[in-house]
Amino acid sequence: MARRKEATPAPAVPAGDRAAKPVRRGGGPGMGIGMAEKSKDFSGSARRLLGRLAPYRLTLGTILVLTIASVTLNVLGPKVLGQAVDKIFAGSVGALLPHGQSKAAVVAALRAHGENTRADMLAGMDVVPGVGINFDTVGRILLTVLALYVCAGVFQVIQARLLNNVVQRSMNTLRKDVEAKINKVPLSYLDGQPRGELLSRVTNDIDNIGQSMQQTLSQLLVNGLTVIGVIVMMFTISWWLTMVAMVAIPVVMVVTGQVMKRSQKLFVAQWGHTGRLNGQIEETFTGHDLVKVFGREREVEAEFDTTNEALADVSWRAQFVSGLVMPIMMFVGNLQYVVVCVLGGLQVANGSMSLGNVTAFVQYSRQFTQPLTQLASMVNLMQSGVASAERVFEVLDAPEQEPEGDAKLPPTRGAVEFDDVGFGYAPDTPLIQELSLRVEPGQTVAIVGPTGAGKTTLVNLLMRFYELDSGRILVDGVDIRTVPRGDLRSRIGMVLQDAWLFHGTIRENIAYGQLNATEDQIRAAARATFVDRFVHSLPEGYDTVIDEEGSGVSAGERQLITIARAFLADPAMLILDEATSSVDTRTEVMLQEAMAALRSDRTSFVIAHRLSTIRDADTILVMEDGRIVEQGDHSELLAAGGAYYRLYMSQFEGAMTEADPNALAPAP
Amino acid sequence: MLLKLVRKRLAPYGRLLLGLVVLQLINVGANLYLPTLNADIIDNGVSKGNTGYIWDTGGLMLGVTLVQAIGSIGAAFLGAKIAMSFGRDTRASIFRAVGRFSGREMGQFGAPSLITRSTNDVQQVQLLVLMGCTLMVTAPFMMVGGVIMALRQDAGLSWLVLLAVVVLGVSVGLIVRLMVPAFRLVQRRIDRVNRVMREHLSGVRVIRAFTREGYEQSRFDIATDDLTDVQLRVGRLMMLMFPLVFTVMNVSTIGVWWFGAHQVADGHIEIGSLSAYMTYLIQILMSVMMATFMFMMIPRASVAAERITDVVTTEASVRPPEHPVTPDRLRGIVELRRASMQYPGADEPVLRDVGLRAEPGQTVAIIGSTGSGKSTLLSLIARFFDTTSGAVLVDGVDVKELDPQQLWGHIGIVPQKAYLFSGTVASNLRYGNPDATESDLWEALEVAQARDFVQRMDGGLEAAITQGGTNVSGGQRQRLCIARALVARPRIYLFDDSFSALDLATDQRLRAALAPHVRESTVFIVAQRVSTIRTADSIIVLDDGVVVGQGTHDELLAECPEYQEIVASQHGADEEVA
Ligand SMILES: Nc1ncnc2c1ncn2[C@@H]1O[C@H](COP(=O)(O)OP(=O)(O)O)[C@@H](O)[C@H]1O
Ligand SMILES: Nc1ncnc2c1ncn2[C@@H]1O[C@H](COP(=O)(O)OP(=O)(O)O)[C@@H](O)[C@H]1O
Ligand SMILES: [Mg+2]
Ligand SMILES: [Mg+2]
Repeated sequence: MARRKEATPAPAVPAGDRAAKPVRRGGGPGMGIGMAEKSKDFSGSARRLLGRLAPYRLTLGTILVLTIASVTLNVLGPKVLGQAVDKIFAGSVGALLPHGQSKAAVVAALRAHGENTRADMLAGMDVVPGVGINFDTVGRILLTVLALYVCAGVFQVIQARLLNNVVQRSMNTLRKDVEAKINKVPLSYLDGQPRGELLSRVTNDIDNIGQSMQQTLSQLLVNGLTVIGVIVMMFTISWWLTMVAMVAIPVVMVVTGQVMKRSQKLFVAQWGHTGRLNGQIEETFTGHDLVKVFGREREVEAEFDTTNEALADVSWRAQFVSGLVMPIMMFVGNLQYVVVCVLGGLQVANGSMSLGNVTAFVQYSRQFTQPLTQLASMVNLMQSGVASAERVFEVLDAPEQEPEGDAKLPPTRGAVEFDDVGFGYAPDTPLIQELSLRVEPGQTVAIVGPTGAGKTTLVNLLMRFYELDSGRILVDGVDIRTVPRGDLRSRIGMVLQDAWLFHGTIRENIAYGQLNATEDQIRAAARATFVDRFVHSLPEGYDTVIDEEGSGVSAGERQLITIARAFLADPAMLILDEATSSVDTRTEVMLQEAMAALRSDRTSFVIAHRLSTIRDADTILVMEDGRIVEQGDHSELLAAGGAYYRLYMSQFEGAMTEADPNALAPAP
Repeated sequence: MLLKLVRKRLAPYGRLLLGLVVLQLINVGANLYLPTLNADIIDNGVSKGNTGYIWDTGGLMLGVTLVQAIGSIGAAFLGAKIAMSFGRDTRASIFRAVGRFSGREMGQFGAPSLITRSTNDVQQVQLLVLMGCTLMVTAPFMMVGGVIMALRQDAGLSWLVLLAVVVLGVSVGLIVRLMVPAFRLVQRRIDRVNRVMREHLSGVRVIRAFTREGYEQSRFDIATDDLTDVQLRVGRLMMLMFPLVFTVMNVSTIGVWWFGAHQVADGHIEIGSLSAYMTYLIQILMSVMMATFMFMMIPRASVAAERITDVVTTEASVRPPEHPVTPDRLRGIVELRRASMQYPGADEPVLRDVGLRAEPGQTVAIIGSTGSGKSTLLSLIARFFDTTSGAVLVDGVDVKELDPQQLWGHIGIVPQKAYLFSGTVASNLRYGNPDATESDLWEALEVAQARDFVQRMDGGLEAAITQGGTNVSGGQRQRLCIARALVARPRIYLFDDSFSALDLATDQRLRAALAPHVRESTVFIVAQRVSTIRTADSIIVLDDGVVVGQGTHDELLAECPEYQEIVASQHGADEEVA
């Protein structure tokens, strides 16, 4: 029937997969992550998650003690309250009986009238005929109960608060660990995956782990303890009935085991889809204008809808399958109840157990299945949390950059040597081969060549953004692989081809080059790099908040800010990678002066297409296809009449002639 | 806000909701019936040792349980379906709302916040809906049932029940109230965590180059710690709820026994009805406790709903007119009439009284210093922003009267910041024209001077491109962006400084190849190099948002001092202008 059909989740996962497929265009390097929809190691991840709580052992111990205390008080409460109820009951009965008679006499009188049941009842009560409810005693007992409950409540508050602290703090360190990890992975790892996917792990997944931990941990404790307590109580009454009642435990295990097996994959898929969706959203919002102007909205929406649908589908399956535990458990609980009643009834009938004991037992067995059901239904929350944890651990386990060396760089002179360097972004496609180069301290080296020649790659290697495949790079005679990356990079100021600003004021963005710079230094750097000029026209000046997307300033202005940053850093060596490509030429000419000052006495690498900016470089390298094809100063290279000559002449070749790739420019 | 959002988004699921209510009613009915059977088994079965009776009633009980199980399985089925559909629809509505936004609204919310709103915030409301589906029906019914039954006992203790309910209501309400502002902070700080991490990912090269990993870590730590701080604060409030409810429950049972005992002693009620009263009281309070579960979710969900509604109800500042003019096809005559533009929050306009006219086949070049408003001018033509005064006309029609979709369908843009989407070379090239054939793609690549390197890429057209295009060089990225615009075959081309990362030779070849390709279109080129634009039909010199010169290269060279300066800046003193 319908239930069976829906409850069979076997087709669920393939369906989710199918839905997700069109979303992945091609086989980008993004494949590495978030694709696996199978839980890798549920119990391992769960253990690891719990392991992260180890630093809070003491607090967790306190929580355990408090929970035991409050559970005990809560179990004790009804018992004590029962005494009060007995007293009230006895009092109300006693008040109706004739004054002055003894209880035995009343019982005997009743028996004489053949009212055996009432007689039995009376005999078992603490009645004094003619005496009503003793409010003193009742009051005292009730006050005790009140004290018990209030104490239990206070314990609960403290316990919950402590637990909240533990969970939130451990989520805090988890987030920090991910951030720290991002500083350790190679760039290729970060390039290779959608940003939004990673972001989802930090926000959505960690949020989910926190929420599910918070709910499961305390419930686990309370219900677990209650189950144990109740089992103990049941044993004191009848061990063999207890054994019968405990049959429920393996049933619970089988049921939850079955459900878990199915829902687990679904939860893993749910969070995987959430990440993927977040990735799509992030990318679409980032390229918002492009989506619109290229009329892509419909496709983008369709793509979004597919993932969104897949997410909704897998989420409801996960929810539904794990939601089956509760009703099934209730059924099992009731079944157990009936069985216990039947067996208990038989016991009463053949007189081997007292009625009171059987009823007490029956009551307990009810109390026993209820927390058990709770425990079983915690499983889905746990699974969801662990599925998220797994995704976070996946990031934490990503391979890291090669370890750092610990050699020291000598005090800077700025000699750089590339020694037979080989490198490729992909292992089997070498880009740079057998490249050797010597730069004397204080020299300015210009790198020119067509785009894609490997200019940026070359300086990236010097920055040790990537590891060499062969050869080595020496700075002042020291192999850069043997020194800590930070030491190397802090010597080099770099203006990258892609200007990057973060959400903050212009002042903060400039000060990024040197965190403890004074206001004067910041202004000086800003003036030298013409940032000051446009900042003046902004209503809020240096306090203008700009953001990563770059709204607020123009692209050229962004570049100027990044130059100001490097200017402020005042590094020992300098790399300018097409630093002024978006800046107009008049500003650029004026900037030259500042740049020349910045370069003097520092080893500098300058990549530029406007050759006028690099004419006075000490050495000009012409790169093509990852090789240095020419090397020399401006006049030497012009005289040589080779690649540089052609490049140089091409800038005066104004007329739009029909292009002939083989003859770049007219012969001299 | 929350209620409105939920009601609106749940409207299409009325039938399912109805089914859910029915199933839940069965569930509640069974729940109310089962205790009676329980007691019956003990009273008439167990205590009398009547196994036959136990079997019979037990069988009935199992039957009821079975019905209940089916009911609750059905309810779980529908509840999950409704909640997840709700989530899906809400996400889709946010996504579409953001799709309509213009640059202004994007800037106002910020992409990181919009991203959190689309996933995390939706999740909060979805969770509440899911909860609501299981409790919204059960809790009130159990409560109402309990209250009626309790009142029927008329134990003279109604005031006590009332008091307990009021105390609970007031204190839970108070806690909820306190939690709302705290959760507003929580969501805002999640935004911040998101933003800081996103910046770290996009700026990772700069961060490493400046060895600012430590600084970034501390920036992130602050963001995280701030988040944890409010979460702890809000947690402290939330954690009060359950103990509070439990204690009130327990205290009121004690109260019932105490006052009840007096009533019994005074002969007002029987001891039996006091016991019954007790049972119902517990039931009422249980339902209150269930409702508390919901109340715990409400603050965060209502904050999330508020944030979602903000996005969904924000009107895009650039929006399609109600009655758009829809010319059959646009030819691509672009005209600016005294167009001025001022960014929100800025003191002064960035463009003032700009006038120009361009026809198909013409190339208009725009040159000027950094920040003079060149990109802004192009974004007016593309209608990313609207003019604050004056007008932009295409084919004589004010762009505000055109359907933006139609306008955009005729525009191909190469933005200043070359951006590629993750996927393949082909998927990026086909971005504006999904039907382009492979030879179209190669042709565009040829023109964009990108054929060679694409051929050499691993997989050619199917080579992978990472988000933003980080796995190709800057110049290659620019050329792919150019090719992407070419594949779309628009009537109007907007090249925003699209040749800046190209070496001169490539730049030249590209322009040479481009000329015949765009012969039928109107072309706008923003450039820095005079060599790039000297053959343009018209060159516009912008300075500080004002057109200071307009004409051909030679005209400007003769009479426009700004232009002369620009030209001079590009040729050393010793070089003649060719
Ligand atoms: N992150 C990357 N992953 C893979 N390939 C890359 C990456 N960055 C650049 N490349 C490739 O390496 C070559 C050299 O690029 P680059 O050094 O950026 O050139 P340029 O000389 O223009 O600065 C290009 O063919 C480019 O496609
Ligand atoms: N989104 C924005 N919000 C506020 N001001 C902006 C925004 N974008 C650009 N500006 C300002 O407008 C001016 C012109 O920018 P833009 O048109 O990008 O110049 P460019 O001529 O360099 O392309 C700049 O001074 C910049 O500070
Ligand atoms: Mg480069
Ligand atoms: Mg610009």
